[in-house]
Amino acid sequence: MDRRKSLKSIVLGSVAGGLAINGCKPGAETPVEEVALDPTAVKWRTDRENEHVAELERERFFNDHEAATMTVLCDLILPGGAEFKSASDAEVVPFIEFMAKDLPQMQVDLRGGLMWLDHKSNTEFGTEFKSATEEQQKSILDGIAYYDPDVPSSERPFEVNFFSLVRNHTMTGFYTSKIGIEELGYKGNMPNVWDGVPQDVLDQHGVSYEPEWLAKCVDQSKRNIVAEWDEDGNLIS
Amino acid sequence: MQIIEDSTVYDAIVVGSGAGGGMATKVLADAGLKVAVVEAGPFFDPADPEQKTQLRWPYESPRRGAGTVRPFGDFDSAYGGWEIEGEPYTHKDGTKFDWFRSHMLGGRTNHWGRISLRFGPDDFKHKSIDGHGDDWPISYDDVKPYYDKVDKMIGVFGTKENIHNNPDGFFLPPPKPRLHELFYIKGARKTGVPVYPSRMSMLTKRINNDRGVCFYCGQCSRACQVYADFSAGTCLIFPAQKSRGQVDLFVNCVVREVTVDDEGKATGVSYINKEDRKEYKLKGKVVVLGASACSTARILMNSKSPQHPNGLGNSSDIVGKYLHDSTGADRMAFVPDLMNRKVSYNEDGVGGMHVYSPWWGDNSKLDFPRGYHIEIWGGMGMPSYGFGFNVNEFNKFFGTKVGGYGDVLRSDAKKYYGALVGLSGRGESIAYKDNYCEIDPNTVDEWGIPVLRFHYKWSEYEHKQAIHMHDTFEQILTNLGGEVLGSKPGKEADYGLHTPGRIIHEVGTTRMGDDPKTSVTNKYQQLHDADNVFVVDAGPFVSQADKNCTWTILALSWRASEYIVDQLKKQNL
Repeated sequence: MDRRKSLKSIVLGSVAGGLAINGCKPGAETPVEEVALDPTAVKWRTDRENEHVAELERERFFNDHEAATMTVLCDLILPGGAEFKSASDAEVVPFIEFMAKDLPQMQVDLRGGLMWLDHKSNTEFGTEFKSATEEQQKSILDGIAYYDPDVPSSERPFEVNFFSLVRNHTMTGFYTSKIGIEELGYKGNMPNVWDGVPQDVLDQHGVSYEPEWLAKCVDQSKRNIVAEWDEDGNLIS
Repeated sequence: MQIIEDSTVYDAIVVGSGAGGGMATKVLADAGLKVAVVEAGPFFDPADPEQKTQLRWPYESPRRGAGTVRPFGDFDSAYGGWEIEGEPYTHKDGTKFDWFRSHMLGGRTNHWGRISLRFGPDDFKHKSIDGHGDDWPISYDDVKPYYDKVDKMIGVFGTKENIHNNPDGFFLPPPKPRLHELFYIKGARKTGVPVYPSRMSMLTKRINNDRGVCFYCGQCSRACQVYADFSAGTCLIFPAQKSRGQVDLFVNCVVREVTVDDEGKATGVSYINKEDRKEYKLKGKVVVLGASACSTARILMNSKSPQHPNGLGNSSDIVGKYLHDSTGADRMAFVPDLMNRKVSYNEDGVGGMHVYSPWWGDNSKLDFPRGYHIEIWGGMGMPSYGFGFNVNEFNKFFGTKVGGYGDVLRSDAKKYYGALVGLSGRGESIAYKDNYCEIDPNTVDEWGIPVLRFHYKWSEYEHKQAIHMHDTFEQILTNLGGEVLGSKPGKEADYGLHTPGRIIHEVGTTRMGDDPKTSVTNKYQQLHDADNVFVVDAGPFVSQADKNCTWTILALSWRASEYIVDQLKKQNL
């Protein structure tokens, strides 16, 4: 499926829907219900982008059973415990729900994969996946969670690819959340002054700065002094 | 529908507010002129705390920054992309060209890489050196004073290195290399490829009291709230509005065509206001086109009149021809020595690379005529959509199992965080007449304006250059201790070359020259066919060089704009 095409049809669909509603307005006896714009509409997106996000938020992809199964599955991938928070603590399933609508080519694989999990669990243990014991659930995962990277993904079994898809999105969903970023320890995304790699890090990786190179670099104590040059382009301030 | 005319007569109408249009606006307004800027997209100011995307966290986007809508991700500040709803373009003979557009104040300068390289003396006279393409009608010496002025006004960090075809400028001091860049330096030198501090337009040091100093968030692609990187809106249009001239900003206005009088001279432009979908006319003594190489060509070709039946400036039939983009190919490696990194510090740095390799080869001894430079990426970046995908695939290099579930994934994510190094080659392609854009008579956009149709093919020279890139990348990545990922792309994959247009360096569609039969503008970027119309985007480029085009657009736009001011004073226009 061509993602771009499907995306277009969604956007066009939403525009057409809006027109239809407006078109009814003048002569309508009963008040036409306004479609509320997503309250998360933000100024850093264009109006069209905001409308698209709102449209996706209004749709529902996972049904209750699927969402519950996904929650169990994602928490097996990143479980909570004494040391770490779980995938559901980071609201990974709502993120995957959004992505399934944003990238609709994932939908059949996700839905089909969840059906496969229940079928497998029912066949082996006589109960659907989410109600099986953790031991039973893990025994199913042990059969699909590993892959041979030398075999192209197009040649791997469906259920293995399904699990990789869920694992990938669980990882992204978790580590792009506030608690995931904290766990990872990423220190950036805030104003600072870059003044080179700390010595202990250089030592750990067996590299060092050359004095000649460093001599060319910015003297951070003078960064707020307005630049001036001589006529040959040598910085003199 | 009636066309609505404004009675104001502007000294100049500038079409587009990116690098070329922005610089023209600044220079013309500084000279006290009355300028109208017509921009197809909305107003944008990254200092607006609600409008900025800088310093937002991935969880502020429901798609965590995925590129579903904006190709470089939700937080990239370029509105638009290669596909814009309602604004199609088409292709001829099954060829490919991907056209990136960003309709907004400042255009594509809001997200560009800020790699700010001067063209060198050879770049203006390359035909004389190797017989390919054409020489420019101007030389490095003609442009040098303007490069100098751009350096001082806008700011670029770098170092004086005395390399013949990579001229030095007035540089701010560069930032220190990051950890993965120290590995690159090691690997490149072992391969015989020189490495220098990069040359980019972020303010590592204060340049004036209107703009802030870089605070090292690494997010220049999101546009800077303290104006510490170069964007045309923040660094040219806004200062122009405070100058002694008058600047009227028309946003969300798409120029349809340049209007002309009975003598064929321009009288102004007609545009469509996107908000009310009505057509308007503006009058000006001079029309300055900076809409982007392809958009400007489109406007000219759509400006058909009895005086200019083949489109304005197109008596030569050269408008749209000689379109060329930089070549691009990339490769990456997993570097075991970069595993298990300490996350004790913030290494965001400036947006993009702190070191780079300008072209070092001697093409007379190679099987392709033009060079490329190497860009370097890697490091412990902010997680966004895609982080943790195939989290432990590098286990294969250690013979351990790949995949799994549970807490082991957490330790794998941390073990491999920041252990990738990537290289991108950005090179010069030869400008060919047969690579072009033209008007597609069968298609209009939602504004009713006929759209562009592209015809573009890489030649054997670009293919050979791409092969050289991949050979070099493999050597460098191996020499820095990396396990090169993927395999060398072959013929079926165009040797790894990106589709033309993907590097977003479109140039050449209104090339300059002394002969009106083989060029569109003269050496002052003035149309041969209408002396009060100028082109200040990358359209007048005769060749691309193995550099990025923005610094040259800025320098040439300044030069052309000074000429406009001079000619207006002399009442020659």
